[in-house]
Amino acid sequence: MSPTVATPATSVDRIGGSPNRVGGIGRVTGAQEYLADLPAADALHAKLVTLDCARARIIAIDATEALALPGVRLVMTADDLPQPVPRFGPQREDRPVLAVGETKYHGDPVAIVVADTRELAERAAALVQVEHEVLPAVFTVADARAADAPLVQDPSLRPGDPLAGTNVLKEHIVAWGDLDAAAARAEVIVEQRYTFPMVTQFAIEPHAFMAAPDGDGLAVWSTIQHPNWLQRLIAGLVKLPLSKVRVYAPDPGGGFGGKQHAKYEPAVVFAALRLGRPVRLVLTLEETFQAVRRAACESRVRTGFARDGRIVFQDIEADYLIGAYTDIADRVVGKGSYPAAGPYNVEAVRIVARSVLSHTVPSTAFRGFGNPQVNWAVESTLDEGALALDMDRLEIRLRNLARRGDRFIPFDTPCDGDWAESVRLAAERAGWGSPLPQGHGRGIALGIKSGPTTGLSYSIVRLLLDGSVVVYAGTSDMGQGARTVLAQIAAQELGAPLDWVTVVMGDTAIVPYDQQTSASRSTVLMGNAVLDACRRIQAQLAAMAARLHGVPEADVVVDAGVVRLPDGTTRTLLEVLVPGLGRLGGEITAVGETRKDAHADHPLGGAPAFFEFNCTVIEAEVDRETGDITIDRHVTVSDVGKALNPLQVRMQDEGAAIMGLGHTLMEHYIFDEVGRIRNLGAIDYRIPTSMDLPRELHSEHVENADGPGPYGSKGMSEGALLCVAPAVAAAVREATGVSIRDLPLTPERVWHALQDRSPDQP
Amino acid sequence: MATAIRIELTVNGVVRAIDVLPHHTLLEVLRDDLALTGTKECCLVGECGACTVIMDGRSIDACLVLAVEAAGTSIRTVEGLAGADGRLSPLQAAFLDRGAVQCGFCIPGQLMSAQALLEDNPHPSHGEIEEGLAGNLCRCACYEQIFEAVQAVVDGESAASTVRAPHAAGGAHAGARSVAQGLDQ
Repeated sequence: MSPTVATPATSVDRIGGSPNRVGGIGRVTGAQEYLADLPAADALHAKLVTLDCARARIIAIDATEALALPGVRLVMTADDLPQPVPRFGPQREDRPVLAVGETKYHGDPVAIVVADTRELAERAAALVQVEHEVLPAVFTVADARAADAPLVQDPSLRPGDPLAGTNVLKEHIVAWGDLDAAAARAEVIVEQRYTFPMVTQFAIEPHAFMAAPDGDGLAVWSTIQHPNWLQRLIAGLVKLPLSKVRVYAPDPGGGFGGKQHAKYEPAVVFAALRLGRPVRLVLTLEETFQAVRRAACESRVRTGFARDGRIVFQDIEADYLIGAYTDIADRVVGKGSYPAAGPYNVEAVRIVARSVLSHTVPSTAFRGFGNPQVNWAVESTLDEGALALDMDRLEIRLRNLARRGDRFIPFDTPCDGDWAESVRLAAERAGWGSPLPQGHGRGIALGIKSGPTTGLSYSIVRLLLDGSVVVYAGTSDMGQGARTVLAQIAAQELGAPLDWVTVVMGDTAIVPYDQQTSASRSTVLMGNAVLDACRRIQAQLAAMAARLHGVPEADVVVDAGVVRLPDGTTRTLLEVLVPGLGRLGGEITAVGETRKDAHADHPLGGAPAFFEFNCTVIEAEVDRETGDITIDRHVTVSDVGKALNPLQVRMQDEGAAIMGLGHTLMEHYIFDEVGRIRNLGAIDYRIPTSMDLPRELHSEHVENADGPGPYGSKGMSEGALLCVAPAVAAAVREATGVSIRDLPLTPERVWHALQDRSPDQP
Repeated sequence: MATAIRIELTVNGVVRAIDVLPHHTLLEVLRDDLALTGTKECCLVGECGACTVIMDGRSIDACLVLAVEAAGTSIRTVEGLAGADGRLSPLQAAFLDRGAVQCGFCIPGQLMSAQALLEDNPHPSHGEIEEGLAGNLCRCACYEQIFEAVQAVVDGESAASTVRAPHAAGGAHAGARSVAQGLDQ
């Protein structure tokens, strides 16, 4: 039986403890319902119709055969949508609900089929005849930037844009100092080119969507990370007030950025409205690969050094290969390249980053948000400098590393941590400088990522009559553990045990507005909103206690569920709450808010709330016969400000580290000449399994309570991914003497590189 | 349309007679016909392990087995791990205690692979645990915690839990679930 009076929160429940995950029981029993698990007996099932090529002119669509199948309810094409066909997107409204006139990438849907069963929808989709003509297309940076390249987006979509006649969507330039003067002064200059592959988020839960008429409004279900953003999008598309569009966002089964923005929700909504019935679309893994991916990148880095190892200038050029529609990709390019010069004090910097459109899957947010691509190149070039200067790679980094308060990026947030502490800890854990066995090598890399530049989060917290607590938070818990951390904040502030705290998420009709779940923001921004609401409740408890005991309100202290009166005596929270609320009972409700306003004069629209800082050290060995890399030791240290839940911090850090090993060692899309992805799905696209892990994985964090979040916390879920590729490649170079500048470092690529160099080897 | 075939199989100890189509997989039958949605669908080609169940004592990918092939067998799914009184199994409790769960989508499959491994070999080495779970992808990559959880069961550190599963969640309506945490202390 549940106790009728809460026992106080234990230290495990509170900040700094690692209680069992809130929502964990449902996840180990199978009771947790992800979107595809929701009962929807009356729902119809949808399937997208796509072409077996990338770019094609749609000549005619014949749905006769498909519609002849009993139980097929609808075949909807762009012609069946409001005209002109609505377009949408978080940055530019350039993506049509269904393809108009031509397909732009392998997987671009030309129609959506709705039928009584999923199987029937799949059969019918295969029967839809799409007469089409394959058109010239571009799948690489070089082809997309060629003078005679076919344009991915019609210039009419880019009015007033001087680049509209090219496939460069935007060029982002960040510069400070006098680069030419610095270059003239530099004593050593190194220049290299690097490539980063096209990879995909591969959340184990494929994306899923559902829509249904709901009284005088509309209900939409999505595996989306940003339900409030989706609500605004759909309300605008179907011209309903926000209050009539209810978005349900069940906890996603992994997101990693891929589930930030809408993909096929608008098509499902229009189909459901047309049929007046619930319509559900559950993507296959292959379709998910064709819906979300990370931007590939080709970088050229020229770095100048003084003889003593100081970095004199950084000249960085990065072409990010984004897809056919913008999605959030151009923001990824702009924000991800902005801190490309790294966590170092550099007097002269020029960063030119381009968003290059191509006839490929629209690239989206993906853990790291544009930073890993360029950090791979910049950190690797720094190693080339150390080599040229005959300096230790740790030493050269420490010599240039920003110290707390340094404006290492002018006009941006100053260095907000004791970063050298993280670097020294990582080096110590990895035994940096100690002798290595023959054939082993070490690599070290540093990385930073800008946290959220704007934000708005509300939270409602209700303290109920028995001391239990309900927290409403619009954050999506996609595995990062937001429910647990937000519950711990409430447990800490209001003294309830964790299992007396309920966190309600994922329903825009109930939960107040949250801008989004991205940029490792939620602990800081939503956490502060929950904290704010709890503190407002504490203030009301103080007022109650003052009234009950006839003492000045200002002299009452409420902390962690205990009320201290001016005479030094204490009361439990319930000893104040119950008489304070009086005969009718009731509750105390408060709304908390965190707002980080935009700044129009900042290139990113605002300076980051914090930096994620990480140092990774890798020890690796290479099998010269096969080219296979074994990671013997992987040390990751992140500056987290304060670990509200140390176990969850470790899991996020290790998760990011292992995901980083994916793009470093094995993951990449492979295209054919018509732009088809040839390795769709889990057989041919490999991600790290339990057999691909480092022999030793050490995750540590530095806590100086110097972050802007509750109790000094910072966001931390992406940092450990930033440094993996440069650290591994550096270890491979030390082990073999061979530098490889293209990812992933597959056995085949490493073997070839070793063969090319073998005459020089001892 | 193909003709349905009546099959009988035991699912989590209960004999079920179901009409299945010859091309339907065990995964489809479990999820769609028996509403046992704890078994997840992801890759459908037997690579990710999200649909792992135990068939006659062996872990299998339910997406690769036709329902008719499962006729006469005994199937265990994640829903069958907890005791009849709702007490979590040692593995479930260990996964919870060691933090071996993040988004949770792969976890039913991980649990069933681990269960089959331990039933076959109650004292696996670390390498055998790694290999035994090699067919179950976890993109959150909490592999280390999953190994620790399995090791805890091997070491006898996790007995059947005192924690009980809450009443099966999920009414007709699905959106904003508050995660019920009103469990026994």
